[in-house]
Amino acid sequence: MKTCNIDNTNDNTNKIAFLPPKTRNGRSNLLKRILKSYQLYILLIPTLLYIIIFHYGPMYGVLIAFKDFKAHLGIMGSPWAGFKHFERFFRSPRFWELIRNTLSISLYSLAAGFPIPIIFALGMNSLNSQKFKKILQTVTYAPHFISTVVIVGMMSVFLSPTTGIVNSFIKKLGGEPIFFMSKPELFSSLYVWSGVWQNMGWSSIIYLAALSSIDPGLHEAAIIDGASKIKRIQHIDIPGILSTVIILLIMNAGRIMSVGFEKVFLIQNPLNTSTSEVIATYVYKRGLIDAQYSFSTAVGLFNSIVNMILLVIVNQISRRIGETSLW
Amino acid sequence: MTRKSHGEKVFDTINNTILALILIIVAYPLYFVVIASISDPIDVALGRVILIPSKIVWDGYKKILAHKDLWIGYKNTFTYTILGTLLNLSLTLTSAYSLSRKDMPGRNLFMGIFTFTMFFGGGLIPTYLLVKSLNLIDTYAVMIVLGAVSVWNVIIARTFFQSTIPQELLEAAIVDGCNDFLFFFRIVLPLSKAIIAVLTIYYAVGHWNQFFNAIIYLRNRNKYPLQLFLREILIQNQFNEEMQIMDDNALIAQTIAMSMKYGVIIVSSLPVLILYPFLQKYFMKGVMIGSIKG
Repeated sequence: MKTCNIDNTNDNTNKIAFLPPKTRNGRSNLLKRILKSYQLYILLIPTLLYIIIFHYGPMYGVLIAFKDFKAHLGIMGSPWAGFKHFERFFRSPRFWELIRNTLSISLYSLAAGFPIPIIFALGMNSLNSQKFKKILQTVTYAPHFISTVVIVGMMSVFLSPTTGIVNSFIKKLGGEPIFFMSKPELFSSLYVWSGVWQNMGWSSIIYLAALSSIDPGLHEAAIIDGASKIKRIQHIDIPGILSTVIILLIMNAGRIMSVGFEKVFLIQNPLNTSTSEVIATYVYKRGLIDAQYSFSTAVGLFNSIVNMILLVIVNQISRRIGETSLW
Repeated sequence: MTRKSHGEKVFDTINNTILALILIIVAYPLYFVVIASISDPIDVALGRVILIPSKIVWDGYKKILAHKDLWIGYKNTFTYTILGTLLNLSLTLTSAYSLSRKDMPGRNLFMGIFTFTMFFGGGLIPTYLLVKSLNLIDTYAVMIVLGAVSVWNVIIARTFFQSTIPQELLEAAIVDGCNDFLFFFRIVLPLSKAIIAVLTIYYAVGHWNQFFNAIIYLRNRNKYPLQLFLREILIQNQFNEEMQIMDDNALIAQTIAMSMKYGVIIVSSLPVLILYPFLQKYFMKGVMIGSIKG
């Protein structure tokens, strides 16, 4: 075993120097422990500072949702506005459209993107050929590492009405080219299925890991009893990964009101905004393009609060029903 | 093994067929990009390139080499990825280690401060105003500093330290006169290659594919990362095309530009795709560590 006996004479003296005089009360005991751990705090402080500045700083900045923010007055100096911005958002005609778009995209994503990796993992786990399984894993994990820009770029290149491969087939079969990227009714399908294509493999890893931790003795006993593969999936594999499934479902349900900005923004164009405008892209446009800082902060805050409430509710439900929960 | 029953065979056949189909559906678009990038663009546009490249031409790649913006983007992305990942690793590993030490007073409080940020955040505009007040808009620094720590990765690393570094090792080292710094740098880090590899992959790919921060915080084209130029080449031009009615000349120019697009997809994803096979063995490990509750 390695030790660190290399020139540490200083360290010993250091340690002694930092030991406070012994006293009987608990408070200085704590102080002693804190001083003893000073090196651990030094390791922690840079990250702690980062978190406080870049995560808690913006949380303080959320105050401008309740103010009429003027840059020259600063956050504190700007006049209070109460719930004015929230009311304006709730009353605006875009409100229901945004909620509808956000919810329908994320429910669609959940309905397709959640069960498919589970089924995929169960299928891979039942393969007889380990080599085929290995190839499947290598190939299906790869798209996860491709950037969103390239994924959307591939979609627009493949689906191009003039030069794309998809439309050249449609034309060969005698059909009219379809303008996939600019049709509002196709937006959510493009979004969801490209996501399934990209992340099906990657999302299945966690289920494969859960499956591999099932006691092989269960399968052996079931085979001796004459259970078929389907029966074993039903009675061994699925119960074995159920707690993983529930945890992930909770996490996904908590995110149901947060459709990510990047991909929506990249697929979005002036022709499909009626179905593609979600809360995240709306916040970006009102806030950064139109510089309505307070209003769009209010919209964003409304969204984060709804997300938090959802997460707590879903967690409560699953704790009661499934005895599994995040906390 | 007993002989397979009829039902078992049917199941295997269906299962193998479905999985083979999935394999093709995932692999074909990637394969098509490769063959389309080296085929005659006219053939590609007419749908003649399906399984093998038609006559091989390198025009697309020649255009890419001549495209200055792309190389600016490449250089910037390399810088952001290397510096950013180094910063990510130093912050994540140090903080995760100290949070893994049960004898550090206030550990649960700090953990709470960290985890709360996973559930609630200030949002886009307050973050933007903060970056602005720190004078970081349109600087190289913003691309490196923003997202310097992912709390999720800190939790993964902390779980790793807790489950792989035995308490006895620490005690033995202390008896030998080792302090916390030396223990962390000389003993913990060398024992943590697996988690360092996993974190490097996650962070480096994140930087390589970074788009959001760039579009929000950068103005000057000389600082743009690759992804912003890719967006211009791959998506914005494409949309303009759909908006216009084109004459024949434009159509030919379009078709040639197309072969460049396939090449761009490859050139931009190349570094990640080259590293991918070497890193693959760590993926499972990373996800497994992440799935253990801390």
